[in-house]
Amino acid sequence: MTILAFDWILLLEKFILIVVVIFGSLGIALYSTFAERKVAGILQDRPGPNRAGPFGLFQPFADGLKLIMKEEIIPTNSSKFLFVLGPILAMTAALMTSAVIPWGSKVHLFGRDISLQIADVNIGILYIFGVVSMGVYGIMIGGWASNNKFSLMAALRGASQAISYELAMGLSLIALLMLTGSLSLKTIVEQQMAPGHWWNIVYQPVGFLIFIICAFAECNRTPFDLPEAENELNFGYHQEYSSMKLGFYLFSEYVNMFISSVVMACLFFGGYDIPFVNEAALSPNTAATLGVLALLIKSFIFIFIFMWVRWTIPRFRYDQLMNLGWKTLVPLALINMLVTGAVILWRMGA
Amino acid sequence: MNGLSLFLDVNESAAVDYFPIAVQLIFAVGFVVTMIAVSAWAGPKRKTSDKLETFTSGIATHGDARQPMAVKYFLVAILFVLFDVEVIFFYPYAVNFRALGWDGFYAVLMFVAFFLAGFIYIIKKGALDWEG
Repeated sequence: MTILAFDWILLLEKFILIVVVIFGSLGIALYSTFAERKVAGILQDRPGPNRAGPFGLFQPFADGLKLIMKEEIIPTNSSKFLFVLGPILAMTAALMTSAVIPWGSKVHLFGRDISLQIADVNIGILYIFGVVSMGVYGIMIGGWASNNKFSLMAALRGASQAISYELAMGLSLIALLMLTGSLSLKTIVEQQMAPGHWWNIVYQPVGFLIFIICAFAECNRTPFDLPEAENELNFGYHQEYSSMKLGFYLFSEYVNMFISSVVMACLFFGGYDIPFVNEAALSPNTAATLGVLALLIKSFIFIFIFMWVRWTIPRFRYDQLMNLGWKTLVPLALINMLVTGAVILWRMGA
Repeated sequence: MNGLSLFLDVNESAAVDYFPIAVQLIFAVGFVVTMIAVSAWAGPKRKTSDKLETFTSGIATHGDARQPMAVKYFLVAILFVLFDVEVIFFYPYAVNFRALGWDGFYAVLMFVAFFLAGFIYIIKKGALDWEG
């Protein structure tokens, strides 16, 4: 009877962790929408939302409630089942990526060591790539099922943009994997925390640059927001959607932005490593709490960069976007991979 | 040493590592479906035939979107599948890279040369030109 031998307390603590991570990332995504409008306000020299609550802090809740209370429209010409499936897929894929992220080392509670990672699988990076590509189906199915020409064009653009940049993204990480020799995110973070070892950004600046550009494209953020180019496509792939189905499309973009910021912090900026502090000198619980905070602060900086870029740089034309992805980033990532490999082998003296 | 078993780290990994992911999937799907059901229940229901029409900024619709679309998107999708499979081949190499040494590097150099030959061919053929 293996089922009885199963560690039920482990299951409970994983479940609590899952609830905290999912609602945490939803909360951060909620406040990212607020931060986005505030950042836009500051960059454009205006106050931004400031009416709902002190400093407009209740604005995201007002927006969310409004979306829930709106009438649900399913157009007569649409494919009804796929129309509902689209946003469910997009949002589920966005919520699933957080499973392999190491949020912190481990805390010691009730006599147990609790790992702050939902699943430490040894193919973490491949898992993230797999789930992220599921998000493309959300866009594609939604745009196609709407049976609207604008939605369809936006969905096609979004899908081919996402797959084009996935190629360069996959290639840019290979140089990093040569350094780390592991696909597990936890191992990668721990290597960067080891004494005498710098963060991976020092060894892989070009890889990071390619990765962040691809992350912008994968999240459909400006300057790569072609699927949502309002002035050409009305509203984009979600233009037939209303109420919470629209809300989930908009929301999954912010969850994806948060998760890709965390992934960048883990891969290139030491994850939950606190700069200039020796974690081993602190008590485990303090170190873990500060580590989670450090990871969150790093990812908030990336989220700010996402927003800063959005309100600074105009959108690419479609052929420019495809040329950048295929003809610049892919060869650059290949060269980066070969140079990294040659340098490591040369230094090893093998 | 078998490259594939090294790549997957079979000895260290067990199905139990993936179990929390299944729990998370159930939780995430449950949350998303519940929220959509709640908003469908909470919102007003005053549907008219005009409201349920395809939205085209107030202009009368001409046919629907079930029409042939530009072949370029399909071309990009097929090329992506081709090149992504090649990229996936780099992953086991990158993980075992130190053990394979210079010999492995020369072999990968040859693979990159094949990769580039195909890449240059599709660019010369104009498969990625969006102007024409």
